[in-house]
Amino acid sequence: MSTVVGEMDHHDHHHHAPSGITRWLFTTNHKDIGSLYLWFSFIMFLVGGAMAMVIRAELFQPGLQLVEPHFFNQMTTVHGLIMVFGAVMPAFTGLANWMIPMMIGAPDMALPRMNNWSFWILPFAFAILLASLFMEGGGPAFGWTFYAPLSTTYSSDSTALFVFSVHIMGISSIMGAINVIVTIMNMRAPGMTYMKMPLFVWTWFITAFLLIAVMPVLAGAVTMVLTDKYFGTSFFDAAGGGDPVMFQHIFWFFGHPEVYIMILPSFGIVSAIIPAFSRKQLFGYASMVYATAAIAGLSFLVWAHHMFTTGMPVFAELFFMYCTMLISVPTGVKVFNWVATMWRGSITFEPPMMFALAFVILFTIGGFSGLMLAITPVDFQYHDTYFVVAHFHYVLVSGAIFSIMAAAYYWLPKWTGHMYDMGLAKLHFWASLISVNVLFFPMHFAGLAGMPRRIPDYSIQFADINQIVSIGGFAFGLSQLIFLWLVIKCVRGGEKAPAKPWEGAEGLEWTVPSPAPYHTFDTPPEVK
Amino acid sequence: MSTQPSKPDNLKIIRRLLLTVVCMFAFGFALVPLYEVFCDLTGFNGRFTDGQAAANTKAVDTSRTINVQFVTRVNKGMPWGFEPEVRSVRVHPGETKVVNFLARNPTGGNMVAQAIPSVAPGEASLYLNKVECFCFNQQPLAAGTETAMPMQFYLDPEIPEHIHTVTLSYTMYDMTQNMTPDALAAIQPTAE
Repeated sequence: MSTVVGEMDHHDHHHHAPSGITRWLFTTNHKDIGSLYLWFSFIMFLVGGAMAMVIRAELFQPGLQLVEPHFFNQMTTVHGLIMVFGAVMPAFTGLANWMIPMMIGAPDMALPRMNNWSFWILPFAFAILLASLFMEGGGPAFGWTFYAPLSTTYSSDSTALFVFSVHIMGISSIMGAINVIVTIMNMRAPGMTYMKMPLFVWTWFITAFLLIAVMPVLAGAVTMVLTDKYFGTSFFDAAGGGDPVMFQHIFWFFGHPEVYIMILPSFGIVSAIIPAFSRKQLFGYASMVYATAAIAGLSFLVWAHHMFTTGMPVFAELFFMYCTMLISVPTGVKVFNWVATMWRGSITFEPPMMFALAFVILFTIGGFSGLMLAITPVDFQYHDTYFVVAHFHYVLVSGAIFSIMAAAYYWLPKWTGHMYDMGLAKLHFWASLISVNVLFFPMHFAGLAGMPRRIPDYSIQFADINQIVSIGGFAFGLSQLIFLWLVIKCVRGGEKAPAKPWEGAEGLEWTVPSPAPYHTFDTPPEVK
Repeated sequence: MSTQPSKPDNLKIIRRLLLTVVCMFAFGFALVPLYEVFCDLTGFNGRFTDGQAAANTKAVDTSRTINVQFVTRVNKGMPWGFEPEVRSVRVHPGETKVVNFLARNPTGGNMVAQAIPSVAPGEASLYLNKVECFCFNQQPLAAGTETAMPMQFYLDPEIPEHIHTVTLSYTMYDMTQNMTPDALAAIQPTAE
């Protein structure tokens, strides 16, 4: 069968791509689909960001000013869903589409038509989710974790739409993951052994297996919510012999590997950028690969650390506490390797490197607060407070999102053929760096002082801290518009980018001209 | 060309990956019975098999006294009154006790309810044996009547030394909607 796919490709590239909207609707080109994913994810980032602005505006002052509590709950819920499934995951899939074939010397993804599908069902998923906000009774308001019975007994009629949209997102992710795995296993250029693959390819390879393993479990969880709510089953209903705590076990069995799905590709990106701007080989390539695999393996053994307060026996709490802490070992290996790569390197600070450095420092801060949360006895204090909010925003915003920004700044010249405005990029970096810390750092203190998350109002002693946080939030939101402007400017024109705009960059993607031609590596390169 | 004869073909990998997807979807559902078996075996989470225990043949261990507390609540929206006759009893392990729970249906219609038990600490649920309990069955109650429901239990003398207090909690759920109108109409007021 693979030969058939190969022939189709071959056949395709003698045509010129159709123009207009059909080019994008029917495209099977990995670069087109990558661009679609990246633009979609950026639009979702702005939509989810707008919801965060509503949240921060309401929390600017104590008391209820702007929105109803029920609407506030919908904002926190849909903000989370959109950022996780609509912004971070599609951005990584977009980067995978663009970069993996070029990094391994393949002409395209292995399954180009499925690739088209896996992208084009996504806008429908999010259209359904966003449209449900306008239904009578409102959209999902039970938190992105949709704990039963909030999502079953007490949810609005739009829950069915939420379930279907999550199903579609899951199908899209699974198709994307299958594509990545088949591409990496079958399409590597001659000589590109597994242990010669760039780390971005490696981390995505492992991420794809995580997706295959846990997205179906999420699909099962939402299906159970659906049948509990509409078809009289009692998976999570104690009255019928079910158990609401079981929901949390099933959800977090998906949910914890999911957080590594959102960070492993970041590790790959940073492992490409730091050596390029330190003008040194990556320190400890093999240990990076093994550490990634170890993190992925351990991620299946730590889910109940989200549930320390549900009344688990002490033995289970200790087991999950130690397993969670164990993850800091492979993660520590990675941070060590990045630092060792920079050691005595000839470092320059172009925008990708600035974002990568900020990633290493701020992600590590997020890792440390994660270690604090892992300690069972103190977790009883931190649980469901702003400390948790601070923790996961440090790893997801200044972690995952910063790495995606770094990737965009690193490969934008390759994608567009133009150099971007360096001044604007540096402005974006400094504005983002300062505002993200003003936004999220004080949340640690609010959380330690006991401010609960997901509540539209708070006690007046938290007023000052929330005002600072909100100002940081507005500044961070506005800073991202600089990035939008920069990308549009770079797509439309600018200084012509050479094939390899970064002196120290390595990899096959820099051997093709900029912008990368519509078809690359029709003849596979020889990798020595 | 891009495809090389020595490499496995795409379809084989896709088939395996799709099989994994199907298996993991099934695994999500398999977690439901697995969870129940795990909780029943270990007593985690305070769940326990709601079956009838064998009659008490254990020797009474008078050297220990354990405080057994009773907590009752009704599910949200459930109009019944539901409380234990006593808030707690002190028992020796191996000693059989009977405690009555009072249920009252203040509404104008016949109703059926089911009590769901939970034990804290979860560990203790393995040693709490019920010889007779209203919670084994659904409870019909005619409009405006009340009834005393017995629960006969004993603690296994093997109960770990560090357990001094056991809390038995019941939540009463409305099951009326699952009944046919005929079955509801047939409910007779208990003669008490």
